[in-house]
Amino acid sequence: MVLRIEGVTKLYPARGGGVTALRDVTLNVVARESFGLVGESGSGKTTLTRCILGLEPITEGRIVYDGVDLATLSAAEMRRMRSRIQIVFQDPYASLNPRMSAHDIIEEPMVIHRATLGLNARQRTERVAELLQLVGLGEQHLWRFPHEFSGGQRQRIGIARALAVNPELLILDEPTSALDVSVQAQVLNLLHDLQRRFALTYLFISHDLGVIRYICDHVALIYRGEIVEEGDTETIFTAPKSDYARMLLAAMPEPDPDKSPFARAG
Amino acid sequence: MALLEIRNLHLAMRSFEGEAHVLNGIDLKVDTGEIWGVVGETGCGKSLTGLSISRLVPTPPARYLAGEILFEGRDLLAASEAEMRALRGRRIGMIFQDPTTNLNPVFRIGDQMVDVALHAGHADPAVLGLDRRASGRARRKAARALAVRMLERVGIPDAARRVDDYPHQFSGGMRQRVLIAMALIGKPDLLIADEPTTALDVSVQAQILRLIHDLVVEDGLTVVMITHNLGVVAQLCTHVAVMYAGNIVEAGPVRPVFKNPGHPYTRALMAAVPTAGTKRGELAGLPGIVPSLFKPPPGCRFATRCAHATAACDLGAPAMRELSPGHSVACVLAGEI
Repeated sequence: MVLRIEGVTKLYPARGGGVTALRDVTLNVVARESFGLVGESGSGKTTLTRCILGLEPITEGRIVYDGVDLATLSAAEMRRMRSRIQIVFQDPYASLNPRMSAHDIIEEPMVIHRATLGLNARQRTERVAELLQLVGLGEQHLWRFPHEFSGGQRQRIGIARALAVNPELLILDEPTSALDVSVQAQVLNLLHDLQRRFALTYLFISHDLGVIRYICDHVALIYRGEIVEEGDTETIFTAPKSDYARMLLAAMPEPDPDKSPFARAG
Repeated sequence: MALLEIRNLHLAMRSFEGEAHVLNGIDLKVDTGEIWGVVGETGCGKSLTGLSISRLVPTPPARYLAGEILFEGRDLLAASEAEMRALRGRRIGMIFQDPTTNLNPVFRIGDQMVDVALHAGHADPAVLGLDRRASGRARRKAARALAVRMLERVGIPDAARRVDDYPHQFSGGMRQRVLIAMALIGKPDLLIADEPTTALDVSVQAQILRLIHDLVVEDGLTVVMITHNLGVVAQLCTHVAVMYAGNIVEAGPVRPVFKNPGHPYTRALMAAVPTAGTKRGELAGLPGIVPSLFKPPPGCRFATRCAHATAACDLGAPAMRELSPGHSVACVLAGEI
């Protein structure tokens, strides 16, 4: 167990009671596995990732990474911890700074974590080139800017940046939802390949059940801040227990005309 | 006569890099009651095809090089702006992708719908159930009643009260319903829906698809649905056109196209969608990138990425060939691979 989320509740206080974004959420993410978190908009997926990264304080419960309760860490310790937990954001059009070159974007986390990594400028640039190659780009892309890349290439840069500091856990927040299916397939295969090569653990957030089924070993369904079902992927997909899981599976449009809910002649 | 027929449509778009040939001879025939899905990757021209039907592509920078768009036999490209205005929102309804940006945040939902209803009522007073002599006040009253009815039709609960809400008081799915209600308020014959469910959750998406389906069955609506989601097409559409780099490369009834795709691009698209049986790491991505439309390949535009490409593919653009009734494929190897 590398990441344990134990009874986490997150309340955003406001007049009139506030909003309980997460209610008693308990999850166990096993090292070197892909854990899928599925939920619709407003279900609390993003709040949970923000809590794991320490960007939001939690109201109740514990988030334990590799045996360490994240709440007990000082700011400096948390910063060091973040080199082990990295995130790839959803929208590669919005998450890359348009005024930074691919090189600078990928190098930045190594500069921030230079105390942990101990790389000088030349070593960092070498590593950037290495990372670009790793995600299927090349040295010719080093000094280009985000607008010169396609959506799929941008997401590769986002992945290279996340990998720059040798993390163990990668939080993937809908990493392919902005991409075309053909490009999505390439990125999913890249993620699978990287996971095996670097023994990475993935927390994969998505509302695309097809993608989750393809990439994840375990799945949890979150609805209005509560986990409504959890288990290994095949069980959830073949024998869902909760009404919510059944509803989601029924709503997932399969690319097979014979499975259309709309009866049609011909 | 087909409700909509696009014939050999060529559209060029000027930019500082030169002129890109973005629609390269589109042919599409849509009969009443059909639901066409237009699919393809970003930049393949599917949205421009939709916008062309309602003639919303700005010219310049765009320029129609050839072709016609016949709506009930009338060429829309030759129609005057006044004629187009009378068609839009009345005979041809449109829904665009992002429900958050297509409603004006500072006006009430009802007021925005009344505007559309009054516009449609101006073109055809029967939409409001009034005759030509009706007063402005009577029209406004009828338009508001119609707005409430349409909101009810698309499943907004408590529509009579919610009609006075502002867009921010509605969720994403409800806003998309409002846009659908707005597109339908003029009782159009043709609905053009550009990615109407892309920004929505799957459960809301399922409701919207059900709604569009019911409208087609109950009201005889005809739909051109632009999407990149093959699942949505398989579920909702009766016909599908697959676009690649400005061409329709395969078209026909949904079942034969999905069950027996004839174009290597259609096959590649379908293989890229993970399904229950796909083993991890074995999802087939499509290598390469879409060719530059400033300098498109001489023959088949897909040849640069096609596993089956031969020298014959560069000789000229392949013509559409019929594989089975209504199912056509633009590939020299169609039926052989």
